[in-house]
Amino acid sequence: MATNKLFFAGSGGQGVLTMGQMVTYAAMYADMNATWLPSYGPEMRGGTANCTVVISTDKPVSCPLIYEADNVVVMNLPSLLKFESLVKPGGNLFVNSTLIEQKATRDDINVYYVDAGGIAQSLGNARTANVVMLGAVVEVSKVVPVKMIYKIMEKTFSGCKAALLDINKQAFHAWKPE
Amino acid sequence: MAEKVLMKGNEAFAEAVIRGGVRFYFGYPITPQSEIPEFLSRELPKWGGRFLQAESELGAVNMAYGCGAAGGDGFISSSSPGIALMQEGMSFLCSAEVPLTILNASRGGPGIGSIQPGQADYFQVTRGGGNGDYRIPVFAPASIQEAINILYDAPALANEWRNPVMVLVDGLMGQMMEPVLMPEPKEPLKSSDIPKAKPWAISGSEKGERSVVKSLRLQPEVLEQHVERLFEKYGRMERELQKAECTQVEDAEVVFVAFGTMARLATEAMELLQSQGIKAGLIRPITLWPFPYSAFDALTDKTKVVISTELSMGQLIEDVKLGVRGRFPVKLIHRTGGMLPTSLEIVDKTMKILEEVR
Repeated sequence: MATNKLFFAGSGGQGVLTMGQMVTYAAMYADMNATWLPSYGPEMRGGTANCTVVISTDKPVSCPLIYEADNVVVMNLPSLLKFESLVKPGGNLFVNSTLIEQKATRDDINVYYVDAGGIAQSLGNARTANVVMLGAVVEVSKVVPVKMIYKIMEKTFSGCKAALLDINKQAFHAWKPE
Repeated sequence: MAEKVLMKGNEAFAEAVIRGGVRFYFGYPITPQSEIPEFLSRELPKWGGRFLQAESELGAVNMAYGCGAAGGDGFISSSSPGIALMQEGMSFLCSAEVPLTILNASRGGPGIGSIQPGQADYFQVTRGGGNGDYRIPVFAPASIQEAINILYDAPALANEWRNPVMVLVDGLMGQMMEPVLMPEPKEPLKSSDIPKAKPWAISGSEKGERSVVKSLRLQPEVLEQHVERLFEKYGRMERELQKAECTQVEDAEVVFVAFGTMARLATEAMELLQSQGIKAGLIRPITLWPFPYSAFDALTDKTKVVISTELSMGQLIEDVKLGVRGRFPVKLIHRTGGMLPTSLEIVDKTMKILEEVR
């Protein structure tokens, strides 16, 4: 892997920007080059949110903007409709099947339906849905080392949030490929 | 050795300026750089500094003028239309030779325009905006780390030249996060050290001489002499400050010229062209004024075309033509209004241009 482009999309509050940031932190801890770029504009509450992460192992990231992505995550239906086309042929599309009943239409990409919300619910914390999804992305793409994801989790969930570390680690490993 | 941290551009810019020794900020919020005043209002007091939200951009620049005249190391930041309001003061600061660090996160224009990245303020920042004959060095970093390094050095550079220094970024760089290394904090200037460090400043010392910091010179002979002297200084700046990064230009068939965010896109376009067997290079001006005209001397007769790649209707291209001096055709690839091309779009347009010139 020289360069890996990831795109995370959903609605505000689903943790899509956080997913992207965790991957970016993990890449930085693994001494890779990385950029994280959020969608930016006059947004409204409950509106759409997305972010782009570009990771490069051998040189500085030339461009933080993308025209295609190796890995695309869609957390809600509008994101699937809008961003399915962004996946590059042979790339991966991760669909949050908890909220999206519709199937992807392309057959030149790998599609993973992840019941992120359902799995998170069964673990007892529905708010870990984005971490379940992130686990699927890292499991399939191997874009960053798992131990570096642990490192950022350990930094994030410390102090008064320390109690949330275990459930997030569980959530990260909860999805299994079929 | 410091550890790399992941930082959002706007916050990294603000922290770099503090670490560069700045302890006084005057500002008025405007998107896409409002995290800068937000960050400084919280962080600057922790470093013993002062944060002041002015009543307007005009207020902010004139407060900074007063602060600088008294010897303080000040910082102001704004975005395109706010910078337009500040430029009256910048002209005064240049004439009075008062140092100041300025950050401009330029956005889509004209008018209030949009909040997305734009480069249509190229003329505004390189050719004045304020009145009269004056110059301000303008730096255009293309990564957050480069912006940090430039902003860290900017207060010292402004003091060295007794002139404002501007750093030009945009909302994309302000919102983006990249791993960065923060430099060690510099010792800030103490008030008691100002009379020695800046003997020209109105520091209220009892040194026995009067300091005068002003831009009014009613006698034309006196003003002419003053401006001539300023231009000797600007001439030295032109020789000493101009800076560019040249990538693979010697054997390039097509050479892009781009700065800031556009340089990131042009770099990827260059790589895509190379993967298709087309030799492409990039001249990335790091200073916009003084413009690095001499970087164009590196081009050889292998070059078929030079392409100014910019987020405006064609402003940078005028300096590109001055640098090229008629040796090669000069073409334009642009978007404006806050729209960004993809690197693929740049490649497609380049292929069409190559068909025309080949």
